[in-house]
Amino acid sequence: MEMLKVENLQVYYGVICALKGISFHVDQGEIVSLIGANGAGKTTTMQSIMGLIPIKGGTVTYNGQVINRVPGHKLVSRGMSQVPEGRRVFQDLTVYENLVLGAYTQKDKAQIRKDIDEIYSRFPRLGERSRQVAGTLSGGEQQMLAMGRAMMSHPKLLMLDEPSMGLSPLLVDQVFDIIRDYHRQGVTVLLVEQNAKKALSISDRAYVLETGSIALEGAAEDLLHNESVQKAYLGE
Amino acid sequence: MSVLFDGLSLGAIYAMIALGYTMVYGIAKMLNFAHGDIIMVGAYAIYTTMVFWGKGLWVAVIGAAVLCTLMGILMEKLAYKPLRGASPLAVLITAIGVSYLLQSLAQLIFGVTPRPVNLGSFGSVEILGASIPVSTVLTLVIGAVLMAGLTLFVNKTNTGRAMQAVSEDRGAAQLMGVNVNFIIMITFAIGSALAAAASVFYLMQIPLVEPLLGSMPGIKAFTAAVIGGIGSIPGAMIGGVMLGVIEKICLSIDAIKDYTTAIEFGLLILILLVRPIGLLGKKRREKV
Repeated sequence: MEMLKVENLQVYYGVICALKGISFHVDQGEIVSLIGANGAGKTTTMQSIMGLIPIKGGTVTYNGQVINRVPGHKLVSRGMSQVPEGRRVFQDLTVYENLVLGAYTQKDKAQIRKDIDEIYSRFPRLGERSRQVAGTLSGGEQQMLAMGRAMMSHPKLLMLDEPSMGLSPLLVDQVFDIIRDYHRQGVTVLLVEQNAKKALSISDRAYVLETGSIALEGAAEDLLHNESVQKAYLGE
Repeated sequence: MSVLFDGLSLGAIYAMIALGYTMVYGIAKMLNFAHGDIIMVGAYAIYTTMVFWGKGLWVAVIGAAVLCTLMGILMEKLAYKPLRGASPLAVLITAIGVSYLLQSLAQLIFGVTPRPVNLGSFGSVEILGASIPVSTVLTLVIGAVLMAGLTLFVNKTNTGRAMQAVSEDRGAAQLMGVNVNFIIMITFAIGSALAAAASVFYLMQIPLVEPLLGSMPGIKAFTAAVIGGIGSIPGAMIGGVMLGVIEKICLSIDAIKDYTTAIEFGLLILILLVRPIGLLGKKRREKV
């Protein structure tokens, strides 16, 4: 079943065309990656789906409903959640407050407490720093916090925008382990990455974005062995 | 002693107004120069209910609070919301326009002559050997209660936390499911309600209403907000109280009393020279 369907999506920054009508879909239970170089339009795609950037043309459908005109904040209670590029945790708020904000759409206080405890047992470093402002955390800890925060709303579709950015190889592995873990819990994942090799290794399918249009698509396994992908994105 | 009490109570008034400036700046990222005129609206609301309709003080206070809150929401909806995403200069000029609009409306409706409004006399009490008017004590106590309440609201409730989130990163707040427009509306409502409270205490000190009544306290409170670090809630409180105390001290010394306003704004310049972000302002690197 198609969970997210993007058809002919066009986005402009002023007169500059950032997305020239791209189409892709994510089926329920999949991990799908969008890979591509800087400026290809990956983040633009992610942000326009969540209503952070206005859409000029095309349609975005989520679980059979067109969501182009739905205000972004309403998408969260429908089960969409995004870990934005650069993590964007609330620097002046504590780790705990960040997590509580992640549960902004949740009403069940006991469940929220349970979810936070679960995140703390998964990421003990966050538990230790519960009352510390998030701005004092390291990059890796902030990424864990951003991912935990995004899970607080119990999403069905989790979108991650460059979760490995600026992290050491060990932490990158950890981030991808967590994504796989969330996926195993039944969350559908749309992943945007520059680290194509890593992204392809955990994905079912992938799309290669090049200056605002989709250049290639296919099973992740095939793309991993595709010669042009290897040359351009895998550095082999 | 009485100078200190006068200063603290004037400071509480400034702080209440400054909170409106600082919250709106922090959350909507704009300077609402019409905020001072909300005090004037509140003052005329009190004048109308008490002098025209002959109602009591409490009715007048509640009426002013309701009217100011609605005015704040209306102002945001009609004038500022359509400009979301527009250049800051356009928003700033609109705010100045709204300010003139409110002042001119008041002139049309009530005329330009200042009118007296008597909130009643409250007598005075003896505190540490000094005779302090009850109105001063009321201003201080209620001001402190309102500010404590606001601090609790911002730090302990979901809506308050959402306000902090929007203030820091509007996009990320939206990704949490926060309705940013609603939070901005709430901010204007709270700021305007505080301005209504300020108008009551202002009239206790100077029982005259006129169309330009809001501009001077508005500018002073804005100064206080900048001194405290605009965007910072405790900063606005500290800046307001500081400015109020300094103003009353200057006014009590004959030699410098004529220079009071100059001294206050001079202080602003001095503080900005030493600490451009204000006393409690936060310095943040702009991310590219």
